[in-house]
Amino acid sequence: MSTRKIGEVILDLRNISLAFGGVKALTDISFDVREHEIRAIIGPNGAGKSSMLNVISGVYTPQQGEIIYRGEHHTHTDPHAMATHGVARTFQNLALFKGMSVLDNIMTGRTLRMRTNILQQAFWKGAAEREETLHREFCERIIDFLQIQPYRKTPVGRLPYGLQKRVDLGRALAMEPSLLLLDEPMAGMNVEEKQDMSRFVLDVNDEFGTTIVLIEHDMGVVMDISDRVVVLDYGKKIGDGTPDEVRSNQDVINAYLGVSH
Amino acid sequence: MGFFLEVVLGGLMAGVLYSLVALGFVLIFKASGVFNFAQGAMVLFAALAMARLAEWLPDLLGFESLLLANLLAFVLAALIMVVVAQGIERLVLRPLVNQEGVTLLMATLGVTYFLDGFGQTLWGSDVYKIDLGLSKDPLLVLGDFFEGGILLNRDDIAAALIAVALVAVLALFFQKTATGRALRAVADDHQAAQSIGIPLNRIWVIVWAVAGFTALVAGMVWGSKLGVQFSLAILALKALPVVIVGGFTSVPGAIVGGLLIGLGEKLAEVYLGPIIGGGLENWFAYGLALAVLLVRPQGLFGERIIDRV
Repeated sequence: MSTRKIGEVILDLRNISLAFGGVKALTDISFDVREHEIRAIIGPNGAGKSSMLNVISGVYTPQQGEIIYRGEHHTHTDPHAMATHGVARTFQNLALFKGMSVLDNIMTGRTLRMRTNILQQAFWKGAAEREETLHREFCERIIDFLQIQPYRKTPVGRLPYGLQKRVDLGRALAMEPSLLLLDEPMAGMNVEEKQDMSRFVLDVNDEFGTTIVLIEHDMGVVMDISDRVVVLDYGKKIGDGTPDEVRSNQDVINAYLGVSH
Repeated sequence: MGFFLEVVLGGLMAGVLYSLVALGFVLIFKASGVFNFAQGAMVLFAALAMARLAEWLPDLLGFESLLLANLLAFVLAALIMVVVAQGIERLVLRPLVNQEGVTLLMATLGVTYFLDGFGQTLWGSDVYKIDLGLSKDPLLVLGDFFEGGILLNRDDIAAALIAVALVAVLALFFQKTATGRALRAVADDHQAAQSIGIPLNRIWVIVWAVAGFTALVAGMVWGSKLGVQFSLAILALKALPVVIVGGFTSVPGAIVGGLLIGLGEKLAEVYLGPIIGGGLENWFAYGLALAVLLVRPQGLFGERIIDRV
């Protein structure tokens, strides 16, 4: 294993409840995420995994509960605010800028770190140019890291699905996030692509020390790469612990295999 | 032959003007999904501001130069349009964010009437002119090739050049700057843009400012050609068939659509007019838009809408 050290709790979710009208998506869910760890959220379809991720990234505001991120309480958040606090995410159904090149997509991830204003940029002078070069270098490093060098000028919409998933990850990495949320990073991939993606996730965690929360369906992958796993079913938490603890938890086995009455 | 070319060039130059207004529609629609019915009213408002400021400024500041007056009036009018556009965005559309498309359309319809009325209260309701100082004598070109050559209006040429310059500047801005990239990102996918920290509100303000600026350029060029009056706002509505033909979400579509309609209506008027009776120029654009809607509802360059069922 790597040399990374799991640190203090950086994200603490307390008694989160979320409902859409009469439909309860999440009921009283609490768990925490420690610095530098890989934390997985698993559960059958409709268990509330994506809702949970959307609560963390600020898309949904829960009706009840507290989100404590790096010591700060967040009750009313929005995606932009969470992004400024260093939370980046990828999407289950790819939300890339399809008409733009791979490089441009990844460069958009640098938006929050750009300091020049629109007038400086409009006249393309000194400061704006230097800044652009600097960010370009950073993005080239990400492109190298994800091994997508040959496609940097290709419009993203034309790339095969597996590569689009990598670009999605690249754009999130360009934000230099302290917390990275991955919504089913390996969904719809073949075995080889899954192995590649698992390696990238582990490398990101190892080399940059990025804390990662991920949703995944493939049990083998989850058990291999996660430090701790939280299990949801019908919007409730039914298990929480290391992969081994979760695997032997009777509730979890019932939820996945069904139980005879 | 010479006459045919004259008609073609005349049509293309009229088309350039339609493109200018259509560009304002497309920019706002792409970035925020708002169909801004008020674009025509913004053109009129901008033209009025420009015409009146060019008239008042020399007296106020005590100088005579026409060029300086136009230049100052243009800069001031540009600032005014940026303020007006931001006012519309902040006071009318931002409170309505996430409402139905129809609600937003009705809001911009309201803005249209407000701007029409308020503009005339503020700037006056006569017919004004914008004098760009171009000679009215037509230019004779290609006299050696055809008998009689081709006659071109100098203000048509100036209009075309200004429009081309504006389109080039916008293209550079969108392709080469960080803000331009953020604008394209928002146009492509709102949710993803927000998640990487692109502030939607600021982007919308910028887009509206740019649309206000294109309205000023269109108003200036059109005003210098036809005079600044209420009918400008109605003429600007010709941009509607243009965006239908070109596609609501496509900047190149707005340009090509404008040229097609400008060209088509002139050719139709000149060559079909005598056969089926005149007045073709007034409805040709709408007929073409209807035909495009039947055959290719997304427009020539628009994105095809595919819904998962």
